Amino acid sequence: MSNSNLPNYLEYKGKYKGLLGWIFSTDHKRIGLLYLYSVMTFFIVGALLGLLMKFELIAPGKTIMEAKSYNAIFTLHGITMIFLIVIPGIPAILGNFFLPIMIGAKDVFYPKLNLISWWLYILGAVVALSSQFMHGASPDTGWTFYAPYSFRTQSNVLPALIGAFILGFSSILTGINFIVTMHRLRAPGMKWLKMPLFPWSLYGTAWIQVLATPIIGITLLMVVAERVLNIGFFDPALGGDPVLYQHLFWIYSHPAVYIMILPSMGVISEVIPTFARKEIFGYNAVVISTLLIAFVGYFVWGHHMFTAGMSETSLFAFSFLTFLVAIPSAIKTFNWLATLYKGSIILKTPMYWAVSFLFIFMIGGLSGMVLGSLAANVHLHDTAFVVAHFHFIVFGGVGFGFFAGIHYWFPKIFGRMYDASWADTGWLIFFIGFLTLYAPMFYLGITGMPRRYYDYVPEFHPANIISSFGAFIMIAGLAIIIINLIRSAKKGPKAEESPWGGKTLEWTVSSPPIVENFEEIPEIK
Amino acid sequence: MYSNLSNFSEGVDNAFVIIFSVIAVFLVGLTVLLIYFLFRYSEKRNPQPTPIKGNMWLEIVWTIIPLGLVLGMFYYGWMAWIPMLSKAPENSIEIKTTAQMWSWKFEYENGKRTDTLIIPLGKPIELIANSPDVLHSLYIPAFRIKRDIVPGRITTMWFKANREGEYNLFCAEYCGLQHSYMKTEVKVLSPEKYDEWYIDTTAAVALTSIPGAAGLKIIRDMGCTACHSLDGSTLVGPTYKGVFGHEVDVITNGKERKVIADAEYIKNSINNPNDDIVKGFNKGLMRSYKNELTDDEIEQIILYLQTLSGGKE
Ligand SMILES: [Cu+2]
Repeated sequence: MSNSNLPNYLEYKGKYKGLLGWIFSTDHKRIGLLYLYSVMTFFIVGALLGLLMKFELIAPGKTIMEAKSYNAIFTLHGITMIFLIVIPGIPAILGNFFLPIMIGAKDVFYPKLNLISWWLYILGAVVALSSQFMHGASPDTGWTFYAPYSFRTQSNVLPALIGAFILGFSSILTGINFIVTMHRLRAPGMKWLKMPLFPWSLYGTAWIQVLATPIIGITLLMVVAERVLNIGFFDPALGGDPVLYQHLFWIYSHPAVYIMILPSMGVISEVIPTFARKEIFGYNAVVISTLLIAFVGYFVWGHHMFTAGMSETSLFAFSFLTFLVAIPSAIKTFNWLATLYKGSIILKTPMYWAVSFLFIFMIGGLSGMVLGSLAANVHLHDTAFVVAHFHFIVFGGVGFGFFAGIHYWFPKIFGRMYDASWADTGWLIFFIGFLTLYAPMFYLGITGMPRRYYDYVPEFHPANIISSFGAFIMIAGLAIIIINLIRSAKKGPKAEESPWGGKTLEWTVSSPPIVENFEEIPEIK
Repeated sequence: MYSNLSNFSEGVDNAFVIIFSVIAVFLVGLTVLLIYFLFRYSEKRNPQPTPIKGNMWLEIVWTIIPLGLVLGMFYYGWMAWIPMLSKAPENSIEIKTTAQMWSWKFEYENGKRTDTLIIPLGKPIELIANSPDVLHSLYIPAFRIKRDIVPGRITTMWFKANREGEYNLFCAEYCGLQHSYMKTEVKVLSPEKYDEWYIDTTAAVALTSIPGAAGLKIIRDMGCTACHSLDGSTLVGPTYKGVFGHEVDVITNGKERKVIADAEYIKNSINNPNDDIVKGFNKGLMRSYKNELTDDEIEQIILYLQTLSGGKE
């Protein structure tokens, strides 16, 4: 309110007007919104692709499409969801918007680099998606691009790989930017251990982005070189080793799971204390577990390859470390629960999302224990159980965290409030749909249905019907949530500065924030 | 659970039961606690929050207890896994297994070939598997076994079946277009019935007296029908129906031309499949069978193809 005479970032007019004023803006808040709109657009596409797959699987045999289309659709669904949505997701949207404000800075340390990251993201997306529209068939390798099939297939794999490569750069640049921002721009008096938990989670994430992403970059380039120049890295026909590809791929892609989930945990660590009206239980333990996850997460990639024929020693080590990496996540869960103890809990939309996050995340994490066990993994590897597990973690964990965050910060971002009863209805339908969709897939996996199956034997039919039915429910909930938010961003009632009584710095600035966030950089006592 | 259909299923199912019990206790316990907190400490029942910063001892306790539990889970998983790693017993029946896009091929010690895995009850079976094209994974859910088959390597796995019956055998590693159709059955026979089946080669002999029957058997056993139909429908490759002796549009070295599908053409298409690509189909999908089919066997196939085109050329 003290800021009300200065223009907010939505109204501000710079060098360019209209759309140009957005796509060339270096304001971290506008860039955050650019990511929000682009990621949400891709997300809707990805979700509809998922719906098509579930439609196809509602009955054995052909339902609505041929095997060829099904394979292309699950590949596109994977590439979009992983590379365009959950990896950039929370850091690029909510992190860009709130990281500087929460540490008391006017912007990120390299605002121009930040804009370049978004442009690279768009470029990568366009290149990756061009594979759908070019002459020839859509890629049909799955998002993992396993060798040597990715060399055999006649489909447009190259643009998809090059797109993923460019997206990797976008991710690295965002990571570097965030690390430097937190090292250099914390407000006077904000010691490391006074930094809020959402920035802390972004810090852990950023290090993974910077250190792990180059490996996938190199790997993808090796595949390109092998396809174009016939250099034998991975294809046995050229003297290469397909298992080497899997190692390199998962050295990145497993830590990438933590790039996805850590920021979501950060959001939850903000939302729960606010709505329990209490500070987080065991701040230090939560920070340490964030860093532990980021660190140990590097050494467990081999659990994606238990059946690929590794040595006894590596199997022992990878299974052991996989169980260990569960511990810091468990610690976080206990601290979130303990934060509720003796709180004074207000149940509003963001809190519904946060509480359901806890439930979904527990199922996701605990089902990971089953997969980490060597003997059980042999049976479950590459089955629907794995698909259910990672959708609980990657879609549930990241999605519920993201929706908790967007409903939490929405009044700050747009300066307007959404319709709470529609938001709660959307949440409930989505939550029920989510469980109905993915829980039966655990059962399907246990009874032996392999993943990436276009068709299946009759004994898998009943559970598939329930699962497909859940997909329809979930999409209905999603539609309600998104329509409600879009409508409210324009027409919702004006929001206060601090509608939930949050304690972090973003709640001290006006809604929406002014161009450089603070009139005066705050001092932390 | 505990169907005990193979020598490994009990260990795997044990690990399952132990891990599922632990996680069920956690999931139910924590969920109940969560709901209780939401209820007991709601704004209405507890208007004034009590500030608590944390508790070192609690943090230590809830680090140590899960640590102990996950080590236990790890241990059971490891113990059940060790026997799978062990070498197959000396008296195992060795079956050469080929996983290929998109069918399975099994070859027995006496040269008998099948597309379903036929094994005797209670005897150790060793599968010696390879793939001529891409990654596949041999998965028999009922037996709780799975192993990736990596091209360029020989992969071995062994097991014993504990009960007679028919079980699904799937390919679990995505391998392209017809991945979900790369499935077959495991038939577990009593040792007597198995021996009968194994020794009996008369069935094949009887069949050869009908023209083309032996060729059809080769086509089936080699998995050709995964890509080439016998009834005129289009799959990944051209159908066999009505090909022999007729004119075909092919692409040779990038140029379109017409050829007559005679014996020589068929033979070359089996041995060097990428020389002439039938118009409308993709190059590079089929591999050469030069080292897998003898000239005699190709003759048999040609005999059979003639019956699909209504006689000789
Ligand atoms: Cu296969």
